[in-house]
Amino acid sequence: MAATPEPAARLQWLFGAVALPRGWRMGAGPIIAAAVLGLIVLAAIFAPLISPHDPMTMDALQRLKGPSDTYLLGTDAYGRDLYSRVVTGARVSLFIGIGAAFVSVLIGLMIGLVSGFFRLADAVIMRIMDSLMAIPSILLAIALVALNGPSIWSVIIAITIPEIPRVVRLVRSVVLSVREEPYVEAAIALGSSMPKILWQHLMPNTLAPLIVQATYICASAILTEAILSFLGAGVSTEIPTWGNIMAEGRIYFQLKPSLIFWPGLMLSLCILSINLLGDTARDLLDPRLKKREG
Amino acid sequence: MLGYIIRRILAVIPVMVIVAVFVFLLLRLTPGDPAAIIAGDMATPAQLERIRTSLGLNDPLHVQFITWVGLLLQGELGTSLISNTPVTSMIGQRIWPTFNIAVLTIVLSVLIAVPMGVLAAWRHRTWADYAVMAFSVLGFSIPVFVIGYIFIQVFSLELRWLPVQGYKAPSEGLWAFLSRAILPCLTLATIYVALIARMTRASMLEVLGEDYIRTARAKGVAEQIVLFRHALRNAAVPIMTIIGTGFALLIGGVVVTESVFNIPGIGRLTVDAVLARDYPVIQAMILLTSALYVFINLVIDLSYTFFDPRIRY
Amino acid sequence: MKFKNRTFDDAETVLDIRNLTVKLAGNETAEPVLDRVSLKIRAGETACLVGESGSGKSVTSLSVMGLLPKGSLVATGGTIDMDGKDLLTLSPQAMREMRARRISMIFQEPMTALNPVMRVGDQIEEVLDTHARLPGAEKRRRVLDIMDQVHLPEVERIYRSYPHQLSGGQRQRIMIAMALILEPKLLIADEPTTALDVTTQQQILSLIGELQEKHGTAVLFITHDMGVVAEIADTVHVMRLGRIVEQAPVETLLRHPQKDYTKKLLEAVPSLTPRPYQTGEERETVLRVSGLQKIYSTGTIFVRREPTRAATDVAFAVERGRTLGIVGESGSGKSTVARCIMRLIDPTAGEVRVAGKEIATLSRRELRPLRKHIQIVFQDPFRSLNPRWTIGRSLIEGPLNLGEDKRKSLARAAELLALVGLPEDAIGRYPHQFSGGQRQRVAIARAIAMEPDVLVADEAVSALDVSVQAQVLELLDSLQKKLGIAILFITHDLRVAAQICDEVVVMQHGRIVEHDTAWNVLSNPQHAYTRSLIEAAPGRFWDFANFRELRSA
Repeated sequence: MAATPEPAARLQWLFGAVALPRGWRMGAGPIIAAAVLGLIVLAAIFAPLISPHDPMTMDALQRLKGPSDTYLLGTDAYGRDLYSRVVTGARVSLFIGIGAAFVSVLIGLMIGLVSGFFRLADAVIMRIMDSLMAIPSILLAIALVALNGPSIWSVIIAITIPEIPRVVRLVRSVVLSVREEPYVEAAIALGSSMPKILWQHLMPNTLAPLIVQATYICASAILTEAILSFLGAGVSTEIPTWGNIMAEGRIYFQLKPSLIFWPGLMLSLCILSINLLGDTARDLLDPRLKKREG
Repeated sequence: MLGYIIRRILAVIPVMVIVAVFVFLLLRLTPGDPAAIIAGDMATPAQLERIRTSLGLNDPLHVQFITWVGLLLQGELGTSLISNTPVTSMIGQRIWPTFNIAVLTIVLSVLIAVPMGVLAAWRHRTWADYAVMAFSVLGFSIPVFVIGYIFIQVFSLELRWLPVQGYKAPSEGLWAFLSRAILPCLTLATIYVALIARMTRASMLEVLGEDYIRTARAKGVAEQIVLFRHALRNAAVPIMTIIGTGFALLIGGVVVTESVFNIPGIGRLTVDAVLARDYPVIQAMILLTSALYVFINLVIDLSYTFFDPRIRY
Repeated sequence: MKFKNRTFDDAETVLDIRNLTVKLAGNETAEPVLDRVSLKIRAGETACLVGESGSGKSVTSLSVMGLLPKGSLVATGGTIDMDGKDLLTLSPQAMREMRARRISMIFQEPMTALNPVMRVGDQIEEVLDTHARLPGAEKRRRVLDIMDQVHLPEVERIYRSYPHQLSGGQRQRIMIAMALILEPKLLIADEPTTALDVTTQQQILSLIGELQEKHGTAVLFITHDMGVVAEIADTVHVMRLGRIVEQAPVETLLRHPQKDYTKKLLEAVPSLTPRPYQTGEERETVLRVSGLQKIYSTGTIFVRREPTRAATDVAFAVERGRTLGIVGESGSGKSTVARCIMRLIDPTAGEVRVAGKEIATLSRRELRPLRKHIQIVFQDPFRSLNPRWTIGRSLIEGPLNLGEDKRKSLARAAELLALVGLPEDAIGRYPHQFSGGQRQRVAIARAIAMEPDVLVADEAVSALDVSVQAQVLELLDSLQKKLGIAILFITHDLRVAAQICDEVVVMQHGRIVEHDTAWNVLSNPQHAYTRSLIEAAPGRFWDFANFRELRSA
């Protein structure tokens, strides 16, 4: 115990008794998804190195060009290189996705733990969460961005606020079911303090579902960012994001569909990979599923 | 049963109050001068003052709130900063296209998604299950406007089966309405179907593992009766819940879809308001859709009593 | 003790299982779940399939019904012969037609075996809809008739009820009605009374016997309870690890068991004869409860309901080194009392004095240092240890809370593991690597680590197989002798109470109805309820461990 636990024991701590559902096989799907996502992440990290052109440089002579040796995917309405823009767009999208997932899980975990364990706080917190859930997230995001200006952080906040109630509900439901477990009651009988029980016995149970939830939030954040940018309420139009590229491409849709097709494809592939990995994680970690499979 | 209904209805009140407070504070607690943000960088002091007065930003916060709620309760949602017309009448003019398309979408989605989910659960771990799951994960992953453009490209531009964009009311002829509404509806339905099918599958899988399903099979009951009479009704509550919470997704989708298909509904109204920074319109839309969401989920909660006799007591 | 001793040599064979082998799907190399199981049931016979958990009893019955979980278990060999057909080779459609008409089944959990959203009358009627074409009035008449036969009261009202409005016993009657309405030749009953209270169990057993006689049904009865076997069986088949170990008529088996395993199983059945009360020196009282009351108010502002009195005026005391048993059926309030004493819930009124200190009204914070005096062991061994923690970490949780040194606590934990009979290397392992009985030992060690004055055992052996149960009871007994600990033992099982308790408190509807030495309560019960409990205990005239009639004292 004192020594560093071996990796298997670490997994044990994180997920409890991990048992693969009977008959579960690692299909090709998750592997391909991981590979695709890996490539997108690499592209985002090394975007400046692999972009042949500056994604911002306009060239009035090269407007709406088709694919060529210099412009791999052609150019947009301002003569900017589409390929360089799509690659650079991955950076913002991934940053927003990961940022929103991280922030909402962190805040949601704290509120959820408190709400699940303290009855008095619970009633108030859950009413507030119900109300936040009632506000359609796209509209809230639109309003927040409209008021706070189009920055990456206001987009992250706008995405985070509607996600928090979902995380809170998840954490709370885990806490509510686990606090009835005899081992938690035994801990009470052993004189463990409430914060200790909350953190050492209850919190680890939320990690596995939270990891799954975080992947879904990440995917939906990337999607929401694209929608916001597409509606003109997202990140500043000067920054190339997948949503912005598509928003600008809208007008020329019938003329040059590739302005929507390529960023749309990248966006969809990225979200698809994240969702697939999330589903895989869920198959492995969801205790209800485990129960069902025996 | 009556107790349950009254409790559910009363529970709506604090939720709506908190929504109202939240929406109210959204503008007032924004760092910086909200009037300046709304007016944009080029505004003159006179314009700023006009915005301040019309939003009542010069009064102390609690006075503002009381006035605001007072007007709200009279159905007064404010006046557009751009067109100077009352927001209520603006929404009134544009609500029908949205309403028609939303209702059509919900009906369509439920009719497609529930059988899909049942099939996937029944044929768990077969190609049918994998196909439904693949569709559902795709539905979650492709942005709604991309789906819209793909549909336009394929059905309108390539195959030329349907008009590209626009809207006609059902009163102008059923085909005129349907031919223009079907693509936006399918676009909107994609993510909704994905959501409901997924939940139906999960819920059915759980129920199919229950003891009473084994009992039904031990009675020799035919498989379709096991599925639809015994399992689906027990699986209904989570499915109904997701239909309700998914409504929020639908609203987001409406905003985008109406832009893509050029439909003069309240979604377009919102987008135009965002571009023009017409804050009263945005605010009214948030309040309206939240109230609608709460109402729909209330109806769904009450419908549980129909599916599950245990809730009646 | 009177056993059934009919012979079935002339009776027609209803079901003939030969060399049935069941394996995990997609795993040819693993040990089979069922290994060449053969058994025969004749018309009117009650065949009991006994065994501990994991012996393959339920898999056998599900194989007969054709209800093995799809994709995880498959029958790979043997035949199941009924009506001249091999059930294993029937098409799904043909198998569906056999169910309810030729073979029926009832299950262990009446609470979950009925569809919660359908009226029970409709659920019975569905059997008729599936297998017979009858006019509406005739259908209804037959449903009401069978409901009458299973002795349900007010059949018209119950016909329209939902399962949650009925008691466990009533639900099991509905299940039986459903199973027998088409008068099948074979009824499979998979632990049908295990989840029920002992008085209800008695009623259900006699109901099954009555209907069996009336319709000449053969019954395959699956149970782990030797008492039930003694009461109802004609023939007994003992199973272990997927094989049939021994088959014999009931009296032969109980009097002259041949196989060691059968003997071991019978010897582990606790005797109903209580251990004699040792009068002795005055001992220190370590737990004193007086006037304890717990009221749950379930009403809301809109619905006024009678508050539930889970415990009323409960009073008793336990001395050092002694065991007090609280016995009662479900809903008697025995667990409520245990939880109040542990302050896992707050009593509405009354005093709880542990080691001389009143703890019923202390705040959680004030209580914490006093927790060491009283510890608890729960029923479910699979949920009472944190699955993410090593055994060592679980064992030192309490001592660390008391401010003990970690290294010292770990050393002590190793000693404790030896004390409860577990290997020392268990300390670095996780709960899932241990069996139920071993986990219960860990839970006991965890409680003992606090060096408490009182140990509360809340149904601590109820989830264990009978042989493991005996070992854990023995462990508790030896720990008590070594450490002089007082034990408050909560159980529904009179046999267990007889084994371990010095004194017994009998509870009903939240009140104590009888309180005396174990010897007096069991051999000379005063209260009618206590008497009915004892009378309902199956096999109460048989001394299983000694293979003979009970020599009544």
